Amino acid sequence: MITSVLLPIGLGAAATVAAMAMPPRLAMPFATMVAAAAFVLLLWAVPQVAGGAAITASFWGVPSLGITGGLSLDGLSLLFALLITGIGALVFLYAGSYLHDDPRRSRFAAIVLMFMTAMLGAVMADDVVTLFIFWELTSLASFFLVGFDHEKATARRAALQALLVTGGGGLALLAGLVLVAAAAGTTAISGIIAAREAVLAAPAAEAAMILVIIGCFAKSAQVPLHFWLPNAMAAPTPVSAYLHSATMVKLGVYLLARLNPVYLEHDLWQGVLTWFGLATALTGAFLALRETDLKRVLAYTTVTGLGTLVMLIGIPPALSATAAIVFLLVHAFYKAALFLVAGIVDHETGMRDASALGGLARVMPITALGAVLAALSMAGLPPFVGFVAKELVYEAKLESGDAAGLLVAGGFLVNAAMVAIAGVLSFRLFFARPRPTPKAPHDPGWAMMTGPLVLGILGLLAGGIPSLFGSWLVNPAAAALLGESVRVDLALWHGFSPLLVLSIATVAMGVGLYLAWERLGLVLRSLRQLDRFGPARAYDRVLGALVPAAARVTGMVQHGSLRDYLRTLFLVASLGALITLAFRGGISLPSVEAGWPDPRIFVPILLIAGAVAAVLARTLIAAIMASGLVGFATAVLFLVNGAPDLAFTQFAVETLFVVILAATLVRLPLRGRLPRSPRDRWIDASIAGCAGGAMTLLLLAVLATPFDPRLSVWFGAESVPAAHGRNVVNVILVDFRALDTLGEITVLALAAIAVLAVLRSIRGETRA
Amino acid sequence: MKPTLILRSSSALLLWCLVAVSVYVLLRGHNAPGGGFIGGLIAAAGVAVYAVSRGRAAALRMLRLHPAALCGLGLLVAAASGLPAFLDSAAAYLTHRWWFPDVGIQLPLGTPLLFDLGVYLTVLGTVTAMFLSLVEK
Repeated sequence: MITSVLLPIGLGAAATVAAMAMPPRLAMPFATMVAAAAFVLLLWAVPQVAGGAAITASFWGVPSLGITGGLSLDGLSLLFALLITGIGALVFLYAGSYLHDDPRRSRFAAIVLMFMTAMLGAVMADDVVTLFIFWELTSLASFFLVGFDHEKATARRAALQALLVTGGGGLALLAGLVLVAAAAGTTAISGIIAAREAVLAAPAAEAAMILVIIGCFAKSAQVPLHFWLPNAMAAPTPVSAYLHSATMVKLGVYLLARLNPVYLEHDLWQGVLTWFGLATALTGAFLALRETDLKRVLAYTTVTGLGTLVMLIGIPPALSATAAIVFLLVHAFYKAALFLVAGIVDHETGMRDASALGGLARVMPITALGAVLAALSMAGLPPFVGFVAKELVYEAKLESGDAAGLLVAGGFLVNAAMVAIAGVLSFRLFFARPRPTPKAPHDPGWAMMTGPLVLGILGLLAGGIPSLFGSWLVNPAAAALLGESVRVDLALWHGFSPLLVLSIATVAMGVGLYLAWERLGLVLRSLRQLDRFGPARAYDRVLGALVPAAARVTGMVQHGSLRDYLRTLFLVASLGALITLAFRGGISLPSVEAGWPDPRIFVPILLIAGAVAAVLARTLIAAIMASGLVGFATAVLFLVNGAPDLAFTQFAVETLFVVILAATLVRLPLRGRLPRSPRDRWIDASIAGCAGGAMTLLLLAVLATPFDPRLSVWFGAESVPAAHGRNVVNVILVDFRALDTLGEITVLALAAIAVLAVLRSIRGETRA
Repeated sequence: MKPTLILRSSSALLLWCLVAVSVYVLLRGHNAPGGGFIGGLIAAAGVAVYAVSRGRAAALRMLRLHPAALCGLGLLVAAASGLPAFLDSAAAYLTHRWWFPDVGIQLPLGTPLLFDLGVYLTVLGTVTAMFLSLVEK
């Protein structure tokens, strides 16, 4: 059964690479088959997981860092994984027709496959590090896909916004997860849940919790971080249906559900989730009524759906877990279907303004059927599963104790708005008075129809026989949410109860809103004050201040003056060494034996003479020659002190230096006086004194430390027997420490490539 | 400044002398001062003299491979020299192997020479790349 865990991810990863190399014609059918195969593999695991046994696999880990790196497939993961692969297959099928002649289909398929794989990894991870890596990968995929039409400035801006908001949330999440893992003593999610006492008792427990919540809120577009989601509609419609309604935006909800067993009795957790969730649901519903663009309407209703989910996780009793899972399924079904319908309408009519479209059922009867099936589920009418979900949500709210009244009232408004919008998206769009469109619409091919119809029929089936989904998918998933097993029997008909009255009132209110939709929208849109405040403006302000500030700082640091770069480098390095030596007690002098100086003393004298000459030199050529003297004297010093290899290298470097100078500096005024003011000379002199002093003190301190001969003795002894070489230096370089050398020559090669690139850009060349 | 006739006509000879010396230095490196790094530097000096006297284009033609490609080749050779280590299941990457085929004398052959050749090529490529991009076209 481990294949159900590893195979879909491995398949996805391999397919991502394969799709990139594929001709566009084949990429989409290939991706469709991959997603469908992964779906079937996961379906295989349903009986075992429904039986209560999670399937686990461990594929990598960093034991030295305490990272376990496991995968685990339990009820919640499986539900998500099935949605990811199932809707994924339908979306790929759809996208093949939607992007029919687009030459970028291979890239599209590869990125969406990468996204699918990352989502699978994120929901199957039993380790917060693994989860985080996949989590970030989904944000990256979203960035690429929102910016898919990268020639458009709006798409680029929206992509950046989505990345900054979800990526910024990702940073908070990382900090939170690190704190949680440190408190629990393990990165395994199952381990964290088992160690919940320790996690809750940790000093930074609440900070960790809030950080995790921020990360999840950013990902799942909760107030006040919801504003990126409507803008992300710049992505192609199949992407909106897949990433920005059915899967990726639910990842935040997933993680909140995943960690719910740890925090579920925490007051702050319950409070933040419940009220921010309700606020998000209301904000989404309100803003959805202001919009007429089909995709933006759907985006705001998605915000509403996500808010409802977060709220349900926050509400304490057991029923809310089941309600959350059912609503999650329902929402994924109808929202993905409606997005696909919106894409079809856009594709066929050439417009997507809900107020200017109508009566499409005459020309697109099958699309209309798909839209109506999804919309009825969205409106929560029987016998659709949306009705089951709505009843459950109301019931969960009624059971929630003190706040029940407020929650039900909020839910009532939200649901009524959803009824109205469902009406607009189905009856108004397809059955109201026909209006002219730029293109003559007709039903698209079966590939584009399959998605909405399958999802719509699933909504009907799940409502008709709720027990089917209940025992196989919903109860195991809800169990993961609560950390204990759950048995709620779902039913379509609850008898005559207050719930039914509430449902009828909701529908009645929704119909009223539907009838007033056009006028209501006009009134709401006239409230221009709303656009002037809010988090989207704050985002613009922050970004508007950040970019010039970054430009200023960069201008200050990267000033372009080579001389000042060198000054800064030497000053920082030498002051760093001096300060460390002074405050860490590193200044010490080696003991010197009195006696006649060694005849080799003439070499350092030569060296000093060269240095003094370089300082006193008034022309560039004199300075170069003087520093050459220093270089050769150093080489001689190596030679007479028994380091022939170093001397050899030093000679070669000095020679090359001369050749390079001869070749490049011939165009500089070598004989002219150096253009340095006395003030410059003083600054340079003090920096040079600082650097020289630091180096001298450092070398003296090194000499004062007793020499540990163990390594050199070992290398000397082992060089011939172990490595067949008598030149110990070379043996160390190519054998004993060959990996270091490999690293060094890699750096060397990279430096060469960097020099080539820099010089090329200075010359304004683009090719060699 | 135009190079003198003497420099132009002797540069090819100088180049091949330096290359010969560099190969000698590379080969003797395991037992006496020398090795891939210093060998690469010597060869690069040869290319530099050639480029100064005959121009960048002539030097690039003579090299056949672009200097950046030489760097890559060197890295590849050095990295690949560590692979035969896996013939011995207990050995780690870059544990060098030796063979002593008997061709009259016992000829010491080993992967360290391959590794050093990689270093030689990378150094040659790096210095040449930097130098040639500084030399006027």
